[in-house]
Amino acid sequence: MTRAGLGRREFLKVSALAGGGLAVGSWFEFLTPSEAAGDVRRSFVANAHVTIAPDGTVTLVAQNPEIGQGVKTMLPMLIAEELDVAWTDVTVVQGGLDAENFSGQFAGGSNATPTHWLPMRRIGAATRAVLVTAAAGMLAVPEGELETEAGVVHHRASGRSVPYGDLTDAAAALPAPDLESVPLKDPANFRIIGTDVPDVDNEAIVTGRPLYGIDTTRPGMLYAVFEKCPVFGGKVRSANLDAVRAEPGIRHAFVVEGTDNLGGLNPGVAIVADHWWVANRVRNEVLEVEWDEGPTASQSSAGFAARAAELFEQTPAGALRDDGDVASALAGAAATAMGDYSYPFLAHAPLEPQNCTAEFRDGRIEMWAPTQTPGGGRGLVAETLGIPPEHVTIHLTRMGGGFGRRLYNDWLAETAWIAREVGVPVKLLWSREDDTRHDLYRPAGFHRLEGGVDADGRLVAWRNHFVSFGNGERFASSASVRSSEFPAGFVPHFSMGASMMPLGVPTGALRAPGSNALAFVYQSFLDELAHAAGADPVQFRLDVLATPGEDQGLDAARMRTVLESVAERSGWARRGDLPRGTGMGVAFHYSHRGYFAEVIQATVSRAGELSVDQVWVVGDVGSQIINPLNARNNTQGGVIDALSQAFGQEITIEGGRAVQANFNAFPLLKMRQAPPVDVHFVITDNNPTGLGEPALPPAIPALCNAIFAATGVRVRSLPLSNHDLSWS
Amino acid sequence: MPVSFRVNGEVVTVDVPADMPLLWVLRDVLDLKGTKFGCGISQCGACTVHIDGTATRSCRTRIETVADRNVTTIEGLSPDGSHPVQQVWRELDVPQCGYCQAGQIMAAAALLAENPAPSDDDIDRALDRNLCRCGTYLRIREGIHRAAATITDETAQRGGGAS
Repeated sequence: MTRAGLGRREFLKVSALAGGGLAVGSWFEFLTPSEAAGDVRRSFVANAHVTIAPDGTVTLVAQNPEIGQGVKTMLPMLIAEELDVAWTDVTVVQGGLDAENFSGQFAGGSNATPTHWLPMRRIGAATRAVLVTAAAGMLAVPEGELETEAGVVHHRASGRSVPYGDLTDAAAALPAPDLESVPLKDPANFRIIGTDVPDVDNEAIVTGRPLYGIDTTRPGMLYAVFEKCPVFGGKVRSANLDAVRAEPGIRHAFVVEGTDNLGGLNPGVAIVADHWWVANRVRNEVLEVEWDEGPTASQSSAGFAARAAELFEQTPAGALRDDGDVASALAGAAATAMGDYSYPFLAHAPLEPQNCTAEFRDGRIEMWAPTQTPGGGRGLVAETLGIPPEHVTIHLTRMGGGFGRRLYNDWLAETAWIAREVGVPVKLLWSREDDTRHDLYRPAGFHRLEGGVDADGRLVAWRNHFVSFGNGERFASSASVRSSEFPAGFVPHFSMGASMMPLGVPTGALRAPGSNALAFVYQSFLDELAHAAGADPVQFRLDVLATPGEDQGLDAARMRTVLESVAERSGWARRGDLPRGTGMGVAFHYSHRGYFAEVIQATVSRAGELSVDQVWVVGDVGSQIINPLNARNNTQGGVIDALSQAFGQEITIEGGRAVQANFNAFPLLKMRQAPPVDVHFVITDNNPTGLGEPALPPAIPALCNAIFAATGVRVRSLPLSNHDLSWS
Repeated sequence: MPVSFRVNGEVVTVDVPADMPLLWVLRDVLDLKGTKFGCGISQCGACTVHIDGTATRSCRTRIETVADRNVTTIEGLSPDGSHPVQQVWRELDVPQCGYCQAGQIMAAAALLAENPAPSDDDIDRALDRNLCRCGTYLRIREGIHRAAATITDETAQRGGGAS
């Protein structure tokens, strides 16, 4: 959660580093929620981000986990901008988990930009202010006569200059400025923010230097695999551990009883060897486990679909929203549409399989952990081992993708347990099959939709029966929907109800959680209604957005702007010139504070072979694109991720286990399938917000709507590989 | 079983099971961490290296088949990271998470060594089994074309190659 809206006073402390140089740490003092309720106790969270050496080199600590979203480059850019140093003088180092010095240290929810846009700049600005004060003393001139640029303080009137590196001792003796009141730059004067800055790790990446969690080595390290029950929640009855131990190169084999927390320490069998490949081979070829599969063994995707079809015929178990009189409005509509939509479970499939390296010694554990939530990881490990959280040290590594999978830390719990058992450094590495079959999946879902337009072609009625997963009171993780989700608040007669099915399969957040499925359903059905009304799908959407009512979840004006812009850039008005078999589809979606509208042009051969010709994306994420290079890359990547999902991805549950295990059955989009993606940002007077997620959701319905335009085939379930798209 | 082969120009001898894949010898025996594990079944290409100049999936290459051959990994593609593909990868900011990129770069370098001016179709074919979960394909394609142009220029400046 962000702390926006809570009172905050921020201070800065400056101290001299042993051996010269200036280390700047900021002391954030913020009100906790209990304080907001009248409690006057205060929590202190301190940060340490900046070191300036006497030679002028600047080391900035990147505090947040890097999963490929570019935050290891972006957060230091914010500091460097206000500090007024040359980016070429900056070295960025990855910070480890440090709850005392860093706040908001996680990767999720496209939160880094909105959370850190001001705090990181303030740290840079306050450090600069101290250096200017020190320079004023040294030069005996008023501070107001001094300017800074690229790590040097200038006094233009006398022609004198002092590099930051010469000011470290003097600055260290000065009192700390108040972070809250330190002046920030006018954006017109930005020199780093708004420029194309390549990723700070590119050099290590292109030359193959160790960088990722999987690259960690420790002296005397052993390698582990961990075999879990293929049925979620299953437990170990027995295993042929003696046979496993007899294999050459095997050092340890033992059963881990585990817990009932599917996102924590699962039950399983650990095999520890001199080489990972040896441990994995023995797991595959020698290990035999008798499992107590438990109740989830009776669950299947086919069973869920059948049950959803039954539930569709019943009144929703619970009402989520009821505006106007949908039944009457549908009955009186000039045209209606109806459709049952569904989408499958999905795995996250980051290319770097889950792994972690740990050393347990004297009741303390040190971990090298690719995790999006190091704080959560520490808590889980402490709870799993029964040790105090402060006895868990977590170093962060760059990660080979996250996509939400690394929010959960179950593999950290496994690693910690194994490390304590074996007493020497150990690296746990999951196989690709482990990673695909033991995910916390994007939940499947089912929607029965009915809608109506009036004689003027205006959307007047919308009814949604959402069949999802949960225990009857609470939705399963990431399986819910907001009552304000568009088009709620834009349709006078609107109802949404939900029914739940019990689920033993663990679920969780996948990039743009909720939105990655709901955009497909809602923007596809909106297209059906546009066609039912005989309307242009863009104009129909603009008309819906023109009449915001009560409690709607987005700013209609911002969405209209990106929608109009993408129609213009894509040549939407000329789509009638396209040949048969080629069509354009449009969709928009608001998520993670970002407004995105997208047009896709797709071609389907008569035989049904699909190709995506071009994608146009227009987004509004506020007043400033911090790193345009990475913003473009991230947006294109989000679109291609969406196409991967739409084309062929599906996790099928059979007998309580995941059927698909590797990329041959859970395909990623390939080079030859990747279309050009035109990216444009509309700049608006709103606080800058994140880009990791919001470009993804509209691409799926834009594609499905393009397929309809090309072929007349309406896709109401994913993935597309299950559909015959041929036409004649 | 002891096996000797050449890695990035140096002769090494390892004593490991004959069927151990080259990938794990590189990573866990020789401590060359640049070559990555992604799938283990020759589907994703993260483990791509050159064996006698040919782009090869090291995750399915038994070490015994590598005896006396020349293996080049990302660490040895150039002495100082100056291979044209590495240079354009930096210029274009190709990586997102970066995990697949060693494999992409090795596949691209092998393609360019064989075909100095590849078409889009050539690129699609050569990199068909190099997956990128982050979706950096557009820049990979552009990078290969740009590197090809660089190589062509350099060849021209050196006097037109082997004519």
